[in-house]
Amino acid sequence: MVTTKTDSNIKKAEVVDLTFGYTEKNVLNKISMPIYQNKVTALIGPSGCGKTTLLRCFNRMHDLYGEVRYNGEIKLYPDDINILARDIDPIEVRMKIGMVFQKPNPFPKSIYENISYGLKVRGVKKKSYIDDKVEDSLKKAGLWNEVSDRLHSSATSLSGGQQQRLCIARALATEPDLLLLDEPTSALDPISTAHIEELVTELKKSVTLLMVTHNLHQAARTADYTAFMYLGDLVEFGESSQIFTNPKEQKTENYITGRFG
Amino acid sequence: MKQQVEKLKRQDSVFWIVGLLTLAFALITLLSLIVDMAMTGWPRISSEFFMNFPSRFPEKAGILSAWVGSLCVVFVTAFLAIPLGIASGVYLEEYSKKNIWTKIIEVNILNLAGIPSITYGLMALGFFVYHLKLGQSIITAGMTLGLLVLPIIIVTTREAIRTIPAHIREASYSLGATKWQTTWNHILPYSSGGILTGVVIALSRAIGETAPLITVGALTFIAFLPTAPVMATPPYVSAQWLLDPYTVMPIQMFNWVSRPQEEFHVNAAAAGLVLLSMTLILNATAIFIRYRFRKKYKW
Repeated sequence: MVTTKTDSNIKKAEVVDLTFGYTEKNVLNKISMPIYQNKVTALIGPSGCGKTTLLRCFNRMHDLYGEVRYNGEIKLYPDDINILARDIDPIEVRMKIGMVFQKPNPFPKSIYENISYGLKVRGVKKKSYIDDKVEDSLKKAGLWNEVSDRLHSSATSLSGGQQQRLCIARALATEPDLLLLDEPTSALDPISTAHIEELVTELKKSVTLLMVTHNLHQAARTADYTAFMYLGDLVEFGESSQIFTNPKEQKTENYITGRFG
Repeated sequence: MKQQVEKLKRQDSVFWIVGLLTLAFALITLLSLIVDMAMTGWPRISSEFFMNFPSRFPEKAGILSAWVGSLCVVFVTAFLAIPLGIASGVYLEEYSKKNIWTKIIEVNILNLAGIPSITYGLMALGFFVYHLKLGQSIITAGMTLGLLVLPIIIVTTREAIRTIPAHIREASYSLGATKWQTTWNHILPYSSGGILTGVVIALSRAIGETAPLITVGALTFIAFLPTAPVMATPPYVSAQWLLDPYTVMPIQMFNWVSRPQEEFHVNAAAAGLVLLSMTLILNATAIFIRYRFRKKYKW
């Protein structure tokens, strides 16, 4: 793996020698990469390369489905904790790291209940605080103007693009350290996609983002850093401008020029 | 080419007709039974029929003790089977690890749903009546029917839960929710339509069940009501009714049918009509509930 030297960014998280698998076979092999604070990092690669698997390690989603094997670490700064450690509860991790999914998945409840759910599970009871947070998160997700007059109507009545922004707002309401985005625009039309991409660029002022994407142009447009993965290996990590214009690895070049994938 | 398509289309229409005929046969048989029963029984339906105890005289005989008994027994059944069934279903679907033991339990629950109901009666006779010495009482009957419908509630609960897509669960977990929070705030409310449907269908089965109750000793001639659960003097509430003898609708019917006098058969048809209406109303409720919840929860 080749890592290009980058300027003195602050690390928000760091993957160190991460090997992951469900059974005997490894799905991820010795992945190491930094995640820089207030930047967008994109994970790209062909289907089955392990990019979503890597993303789901960050909030221990794999733990929901039985025994899994994590070797190596994902360090979260500034607390310097290894979120994969056995003694760290996955729930504790998910309290710090939010996630937005491929398909918009609002709860079949009201918009308000959707956004406030993260606070509810944390035991927040103060109505005025929740109200403020709901408004604040919806504003951050660029949805406030569209829904402010119908916060108590069902979230499933929104359009696909609105639903996805609602899911982003829902994840933001609890002020996560890191926001994971799993192909957030793959189910959306081009206009909604442009909306989300704009939003991602805007959001990095306040949160660190890690995004899986199938769309190379999307990574080039929105990500500050890009990691190219292939068959469970991290092939190359670097600034997006370098990865897309001057890749160091032959495989990366072949992929981004469309020779395979 | 054209000929072959014609031939295939003929095959299609043949099956269409065969299907329609079989369907018509089933429906007509059922309908004629119902119509026959309704025509025989309808003249007997009156307020006295509902408010009279059974009697030696067919024209004075009513179903008061039978429908009150049915209600009491179904109440006990619901009280036991609903919480147990839903909790078991949720446990199996959300909490248990998927291994060989849960597989065995799963298969056995499916088998239990298909066991002849009289077997439950025999088990209950040995355990509830003789071992626990509960006698021929409402609580024995309620518990027996509770066991009988438990598998139905478990299976429908699991099916209802399984229709909730994984990404809804993941949304909840990704926000830091615990298993219990996810179950309580999402899984149960979103599956409540399916669960309620299962519950109503289970109860309507319990209302019509006869064989196990004959085994555990439902009486066929009851000319009194169970003890009232509330009263005017201290201690004001009483659970004595649970230990009272009882009869239920289908047994009352059975009793009248087995009498030689023609007039009692009319009573039986009338009671059958009432019983049929009770189950039809319950099933309609189930359909209504399912429809309402389908509209409310979609993803």
